[in-house]
Amino acid sequence: MNGGQDLGGAHGHGPVRPEPNEPVFHADWEKRAFALTLAMGMPGGWNIDMSRFARENRPPGEYLSMSYYQIWLAGLITLLEQRELVTEREIDAGHALAPPKPVKRILSPGDVAEVLYRGGPTERQTNTSAAFKVGAKVRAKNINPISHTRLPRYVRGHIGTIERVIGCHVFPDSNSTGAGENPQWLYTVRFDGRELWGADGDATVKVSVDAWEPYLEPA
Amino acid sequence: MSGHDHDHHHDHDHSELSETQLRVRALESVLTEKGYVDPAALDLLIETYEKKVGPRNGARVVAKAWADPAYRARLFKDATPAIAELGYAGRQGEHIVALENTAKLHNMVVCTLCSCYPWPVLGLPPVWYKSAPYRSRAVTDPRGVLADFGVTLPKGIEIRVWDSTAEIRYLVVPMRPAGTEGWSEDKLAELVTRDSMIGTGLPKSPQDISK
Repeated sequence: MNGGQDLGGAHGHGPVRPEPNEPVFHADWEKRAFALTLAMGMPGGWNIDMSRFARENRPPGEYLSMSYYQIWLAGLITLLEQRELVTEREIDAGHALAPPKPVKRILSPGDVAEVLYRGGPTERQTNTSAAFKVGAKVRAKNINPISHTRLPRYVRGHIGTIERVIGCHVFPDSNSTGAGENPQWLYTVRFDGRELWGADGDATVKVSVDAWEPYLEPA
Repeated sequence: MSGHDHDHHHDHDHSELSETQLRVRALESVLTEKGYVDPAALDLLIETYEKKVGPRNGARVVAKAWADPAYRARLFKDATPAIAELGYAGRQGEHIVALENTAKLHNMVVCTLCSCYPWPVLGLPPVWYKSAPYRSRAVTDPRGVLADFGVTLPKGIEIRVWDSTAEIRYLVVPMRPAGTEGWSEDKLAELVTRDSMIGTGLPKSPQDISK
């Protein structure tokens, strides 16, 4: 979606402000929101692409005025409410008002280390071969789906070079909607700064994105 | 900033945070009552990323790459197993690529679409990495972003920005500082800053740590 999350190339956001000796979390509620988000993945049954869409799918003004863990919290509540695991009334009350829905499995303390160490690899076996070779010129398609996509606006329509054929990976545009993993070849595509930003761009800058094959066409 | 302004700003933040704090607490109560989460597992998740997983992991990887040519070769060939040799793997680091800074090329990592970051080696991302200023400008004006960090690179050096749009996570391996010949990996690791592994900073010099 062309939402507030797609920030590459936007103006007016001001300078980057590094915080010396920054703590991992800035408030106790951030810790709990972070941990709840991680822990609910297992009983909730959603995937990372659904989570990302739940976070970004809101008015841009709202997205940009929320702190990062506020966005995480809002995304988590969206996912919970969509699956009727929790209602807004229950959050207001601070108590369960209905019996729990059956869930497959919850994250137990004994699972934590193993679950984190295993992670969620996204590479998949395939019988297909990659359409593009290293060095090939490709154009990022001009696509504007209202659903989740990982092709940022600032590269759409621009010509780049295949730098690396990464492998066959879960396709977020499908996975985020529940349409399945639909694995696709994934590439690192490198663009010249001036191709992206015009004659005023910095000629010494190159920018790459990782792009799935359905995002690309021969150029 | 005057004392009054400071106090006002502080109170404002405080009341906003309280509202969110109450909502998170309410949500945790509901999820716990329903048996969807075990609070002990939540504590363990927090402890892991507060105490165990952080940029010291990445610093050990970089120091080893500086000191051990065979390791360096393995790291640039296929970083995920090379990093797993040191025990670092998993969530948000399932597929890692190591990027080599040279005298001619400086790498910088961003996620313009969200906050993708190599957790097993760097821990959770700092606020600025997830912020609109960094995500918007890193791809258009990386030299300007570096200036915000007080870093100036030589004019002719190429800057390569990696936008983490898929599940590949990038770790920058900065150049080994001069004057560190014969140093142990432990001592070298002290020079490796978090920002130098994102590409918004440079490693410390031997003088910096002898102060």
